[in-house]
Amino acid sequence: MKDIDKSFKKDTETDFPLREEMRPRKVTTPDGQVIDIDPLQDYFCQEPPKVHRKSYSAIVEGFYNWARANSLWILGFGTGCGAIEMRPLMTPRFDAYRYGIQWRPTPRQSNLLVISGYLSVKTLKRAIRAYEQMPQPKYVVGLGSCTINGGMYWDSYNTIKKLDEYLPVDLYIAGCMPRPEALLAGLMDLKKLIRKGEAEGANRYAENFDWYKANQKSVIKDWDMPDYSW
Amino acid sequence: MSFEWIHVAYAALTLFIVINYGMIMTALVRKIGARVSGRYGIPIWQNYIDLAKNIALRSKVTHGAMFYLGPVFRLTGGVGLLLFVPTIYGSVMHQNFSYAGDLILALYFVFFGTLGMALGAGESGHPHAAIGVSRGLAQVTTAELPLALAVYALSLQYQTIDITEIVAAQQGSLFNWTLFTNPLATVAALFGLVGTMMRSPFDVVMAPQEIPIGPPTEYHSSYLALMQTNRVLFPVAKVVIFMNLFFGGATNWAEFAVKAFAIYMIPVLIGVVNPRFRVEQSIRFFLKWGLPVGILAIVTV
Amino acid sequence: MRELIEHLTPRYSLGAPVFQRPGLTFVDVKRDKLRALLLDLRDKHGFTHLVLLTAVDWLEEGRFQLTYLLNNRAADQTLGLRLYLDRANPMGDTIHDIWPTAATYQRELREMFGIAFPGSPRVDEEFILEGWTDMPPYRRDFDTLAYSQQTFVERGGRETHEPRATMKHKLYPEG
Ligand code: SF4
Repeated sequence: MKDIDKSFKKDTETDFPLREEMRPRKVTTPDGQVIDIDPLQDYFCQEPPKVHRKSYSAIVEGFYNWARANSLWILGFGTGCGAIEMRPLMTPRFDAYRYGIQWRPTPRQSNLLVISGYLSVKTLKRAIRAYEQMPQPKYVVGLGSCTINGGMYWDSYNTIKKLDEYLPVDLYIAGCMPRPEALLAGLMDLKKLIRKGEAEGANRYAENFDWYKANQKSVIKDWDMPDYSW
Repeated sequence: MSFEWIHVAYAALTLFIVINYGMIMTALVRKIGARVSGRYGIPIWQNYIDLAKNIALRSKVTHGAMFYLGPVFRLTGGVGLLLFVPTIYGSVMHQNFSYAGDLILALYFVFFGTLGMALGAGESGHPHAAIGVSRGLAQVTTAELPLALAVYALSLQYQTIDITEIVAAQQGSLFNWTLFTNPLATVAALFGLVGTMMRSPFDVVMAPQEIPIGPPTEYHSSYLALMQTNRVLFPVAKVVIFMNLFFGGATNWAEFAVKAFAIYMIPVLIGVVNPRFRVEQSIRFFLKWGLPVGILAIVTV
Repeated sequence: MRELIEHLTPRYSLGAPVFQRPGLTFVDVKRDKLRALLLDLRDKHGFTHLVLLTAVDWLEEGRFQLTYLLNNRAADQTLGLRLYLDRANPMGDTIHDIWPTAATYQRELREMFGIAFPGSPRVDEEFILEGWTDMPPYRRDFDTLAYSQQTFVERGGRETHEPRATMKHKLYPEG
């Protein structure tokens, strides 16, 4: 691999201006009052995420983990080529439903975010928001080499190369692109992790929240959302 | 019928049986669908696992008081519907709180859940929820019209608004069923049943590909668990009414299971062969075909 | 096609045509004649379809090349018009009123090459990139490898196998 090219210097000086609708402004209410609005402060909840402890009784937690493992709801959000390989899982040939795996259309109702391939900076922003809106406990699976080390987009100006810098990944599935069988096998492994109670990505995210945020903000220049999207 | 405390326990028992029946039956229907399309399908107890999973989720986000109450109202609609109609005819235990005017109350409860959901989903602030709610209200309102007309036709026919008496009048022979004594009213009511079951072609309210899933977009964890419970309970409760009004009621649980399953399959079968209506199409459909049948049913009793 | 080019050349002072293959021809045009030529081609000569509008960065020659690819469906003819712009201050003319689709192409060129198209609708809004502050990334002096190494965290242990050497080594280990 080529070494870092010293002659090219990335522009680190310029800041991206805040979007128009996110800037603080004065608004006249219908009854004539003039109020200050700072959308980033006022429109969103500013709470950081909490670390949620396991339940006190090991038996209950074991039962819960069993239920979680057998009812994996995947967020129907495909980011790269790999999204194509996720769809066959619904078909008669692979039929992931028999393992309790379903697809849900909204992040609020899903537990598993499959990052199915390369993630451009623009999509990363959406993926972060989707991830943060999912209820705890939640799992992230990185599908394909692109999420592991950049894959064939290793020299792209616009795709991230190491997913676990930005989101807490529980499991990677290697390949470019992985076959549906590989994906299914990966999901079975994820189930085992959940059964063992080791898939605590959301808590890791909450514990290292500052680190994750710093990483995310270092690539997303127009950060126009709250730090944690509830 | 006088009230005794033991009735509460009996009613709870009915509720318990019906919820479990609904859990298994909806899973079974999905499984049949999967088998037809050549898949193995979900495990039959998948609904229970999903329920446990949703209760086990650790974080909950709320959007205000109405957001809490939405699923509660919805479940109240389902439970209320079930509790005020006799589930098993002639059984003391599963007579529930049926009383002389329960037909009207049942009509009210059919709509109650939708209203509660509208309030709750509206508070969640998600645009898709608002779209889903407005569609849902419009569609359910028109779908209720033929149903209400059919119910009036029935009460004219039997000269009562007591479901127990209507069921009693249908006993004896197969041909005493309203299905045969008043087929028009049955057809009109079926419009209402199919229209409120949230299955294709009338599932534009949920429309998973279009407005994620409409009203419940923001609902998760325990809220969703409540709604899931209702989603298995409410259809069965509705089917119970239909069974009582048009298909001769049930005198024991076996008959109940068979009949409820058969009636439930009507919207399912219609659903699998029909594509989705847009909301203005479905409104037009109900007004054009459902309403005249309902009026005819009233006129001809 | 030859007749058409011969017919148009004196009027629009076209450059020397390149007959790539039957049905595909390229010709250079001047910036001030472009608009009239496009209108003429569209309205009189049946080139009703703008296939694409794209740019090439000739870094060494210090200019951008815009390619307008037009198609005449009936005659099955494609004509590429090449227009050169100064690289230091690239300024194109918008043709969104001739073909509305051009507005999207111009927006893309504005973002990826930094070519200005004054008057084109929404041309200054972001198109694909979001929050981009560096130089337009399709310019050839933008080093995407260096940029990505300076921006994104890498995972160690990545090996690159140059296909030719690798296969040679695999198939003929003795050399
Ligand atoms: S790993 Fe391969 S298949 Fe997957 S997104 Fe990257 S390039 Fe596409």
